[in-house]
Amino acid sequence: MSTGTHGTLRHVSTGALRHRLSRLRWFVRELTGEATYDRYVAHARSHDPDAPVMSRRAFERSRTDAREGDPREGFRCC
Amino acid sequence: MAEPRPTAETEQAGAAPEPARRRLSPKSVVIWTLVAIVGAAGWAVLALSRGEDVSAAWMLAAALGSYAIAYRFYSKFIANRVLKVDKTRATPAELHNDGVDFHPTDRRVLFGHHFAAIAGAGPLVGPVLAAQMGYLPGTIWIVAGVIFAGAVQDMVTLFFSTRRNGRSLGQIARDEIGVVGGAAALIAVFAIMIILLAVLALIIVNALAESPWGVFSIGMTIPIALFMGIYLRILRPGRVTEVSLIGVALLLLAIVAGGWVAESSWAETFTLEPGTLVIWMVIYGFLASVLPVWLLLAPRDYLSTFMKVGTIGLLAVGVLIALPTLKMDGITKFATSGTGPVFAGSLFPFVFITIACGALSGFHSLISSGTTPKMIQKETQIRTIGYGSMLVESFVAIMALIAACIIDPGLYFAVNAPAGVVGDTVQAASQAVGNLGFTITPDQLAQAAKDVEEASLLHRTGGAPTFALGLSEIFSAAFGGAAMKAFWYHFAIMFEALFILTTLDAGTRVGRFMLQDMLGNVYKPFKNVSWKPGVWIASAIVVLAWGYFLWVGVHDPLGGINQLFPLFGIANQLLAAVALAVCTTLLIKSGRLKYAWVTAVPLLWDVAVTLTASWQKIFSDDPKVGFFAQRDVYQTALDKGLDKVGLAKNREQMETIVTNSTVDGVLSILFAVLIVVVLFEACRACLKAIRHPAAVTLSETKYVKSEIVAPASLFATKEEKAEMAAAGLGPDGRPLKEESTV
Repeated sequence: MSTGTHGTLRHVSTGALRHRLSRLRWFVRELTGEATYDRYVAHARSHDPDAPVMSRRAFERSRTDAREGDPREGFRCC
Repeated sequence: MAEPRPTAETEQAGAAPEPARRRLSPKSVVIWTLVAIVGAAGWAVLALSRGEDVSAAWMLAAALGSYAIAYRFYSKFIANRVLKVDKTRATPAELHNDGVDFHPTDRRVLFGHHFAAIAGAGPLVGPVLAAQMGYLPGTIWIVAGVIFAGAVQDMVTLFFSTRRNGRSLGQIARDEIGVVGGAAALIAVFAIMIILLAVLALIIVNALAESPWGVFSIGMTIPIALFMGIYLRILRPGRVTEVSLIGVALLLLAIVAGGWVAESSWAETFTLEPGTLVIWMVIYGFLASVLPVWLLLAPRDYLSTFMKVGTIGLLAVGVLIALPTLKMDGITKFATSGTGPVFAGSLFPFVFITIACGALSGFHSLISSGTTPKMIQKETQIRTIGYGSMLVESFVAIMALIAACIIDPGLYFAVNAPAGVVGDTVQAASQAVGNLGFTITPDQLAQAAKDVEEASLLHRTGGAPTFALGLSEIFSAAFGGAAMKAFWYHFAIMFEALFILTTLDAGTRVGRFMLQDMLGNVYKPFKNVSWKPGVWIASAIVVLAWGYFLWVGVHDPLGGINQLFPLFGIANQLLAAVALAVCTTLLIKSGRLKYAWVTAVPLLWDVAVTLTASWQKIFSDDPKVGFFAQRDVYQTALDKGLDKVGLAKNREQMETIVTNSTVDGVLSILFAVLIVVVLFEACRACLKAIRHPAAVTLSETKYVKSEIVAPASLFATKEEKAEMAAAGLGPDGRPLKEESTV
């Protein structure tokens, strides 16, 4: 297999690639709102690590159902 | 940086220190000079070439060069000198952080969010219609309009709403310019919503009528959305990315399958008349607005956002690769004569009414004062989010204009002129186009339809088919070759129809919600959004209201787009006038009188345009322009017992025109009155603030110091990186130690 500088270079480039991919994944999750649940749990547990939290299913339900109450949130333009 | 100096206007607690002026470094002087030269070269070529073909590259150079300079200098001036955004002041997202509705969102993510919320079908439609006057008027207005009006409106509204805990435009209007102005603003929002929905629906109906391929593909989006909804609700809650990818794959399959259906024996089932489509749209609109959000609206929203961002990116790449040639004249004779077939009236004011989204769109003020201010991390990011996103939308409008101007002008007019002008055969259309002063042979018309596998392209008004033709031209040149034309055409139709349907669904809900709120003042239970009869009644009223205009638009012998689009434009610019009036009032009330021109000048321009257009629509003697003059022509003919006059072929059509013109004319009056009321109230509030500055009450939230460290623009500067490192944050804004989600 590769030796010396070549090996290091390859190592660096896969590391950089992995870093890029993780940032892309982070960006997409933030943009689509997939990360909202994690954020909610982190927020709820930021003061009390044992605070009760909703399950993912219950949380996502409450979030879409909230749009039922006020449809102006998340409205799209023409 | 020099020591922050205290400013003269420190009447508000914690007003931002004025940033010290820094001289530009020699390097940036060189760079910005080059940008200015590129932009100026673009404008020079666009303006000076007559009669020869011009590459779209010049339009891109003019637009992008101007955007860059405006963003770098003008938006910075607004942020630092006019608004005095304060890096040290906590935003509502930081103050009320609940991790869900209010949470400080990374600026790059919020940029995407905000852009996806403001950009829709609007910037793809207006520029296409305005292309009848040539590419030059449209380009100038899209670029100058966004720089001095549209992006300013979005940014300033976002700023003031952020300073008010994310309050909506209507609430701010009521708080700051009084109850009457606030009520007028509310009625304006409701009325514009109805016209907006009708016009958008009309665009889809015109694109889908008699097109089995289109109807099948769009129809399939409903089961796809239902599947995605159930997947997200029951199978794997919250996994938006994966379900969207599945949805997009199914969507592409539906487009391909549409081609098979169009050639099969099913074709007849999916070949629908405009009238039938209207009924289906109304039924769909009603069901979509009473069904649970998770089942249809939410998944559709994900799908259309994915498609929107993907296709716009692809279009930008396609335009850059293909660099097509503009075939339309720079300025056509319709700019001065005002006799264009697509919409009547001369360049001023009607180009500025027709192109709303992309230059100045009142609707954006609802987004800038809704979700975005609750998510913004730092006041300094208002410039990137508010001004920057709007520049991107304007760029989308430029691409739509390019798409309309690269197709043969003869084809453009055959597609966009109303049925009464064009006729139903390629021979008649070829002759009609000849009468308009352009040439296209019947064979060319037939071939153009055959290329995209449609039965006919004649009088497919509304902009979507024209945009789709241009897009298929660009995409097949950039990727895939001529064989892919039909696919790309239907891809574009699908792309536009998808987010128009999403807007229809969401807009009907918002309209219903507003109506329930208003009806609730008369009969209490209406206010309760979970009271089913109230939901159904209000939904039905909203759907029937836009359904009426849609029905009328489809059956109007004068052409629905020709009649209704000016009303839509006027309504949208009316909303912009409300937003700019609110912004100007707030600038004055918060002691920024010196800089009130930043929003007052675009406001005056907008009012001049909107009121002139309203005046002409109401009082013009020209029956092509004035609604009441039009009514008179057909009413007189009816009284005389004539069977045929103008574009009406029989008495029934004459009666239709009389009714429609009356309704449209009355609406024009209503819009004009609303503008005048809002302006009058805003002027009163401003004068009061100027005369008695001590008595001014602002509903701004108190200053609280911000704990967040984050860059202002999409890319962090050297100083910002150092600041973040000092706060223990990595270059991407996340804590260095662990992978955190906040």
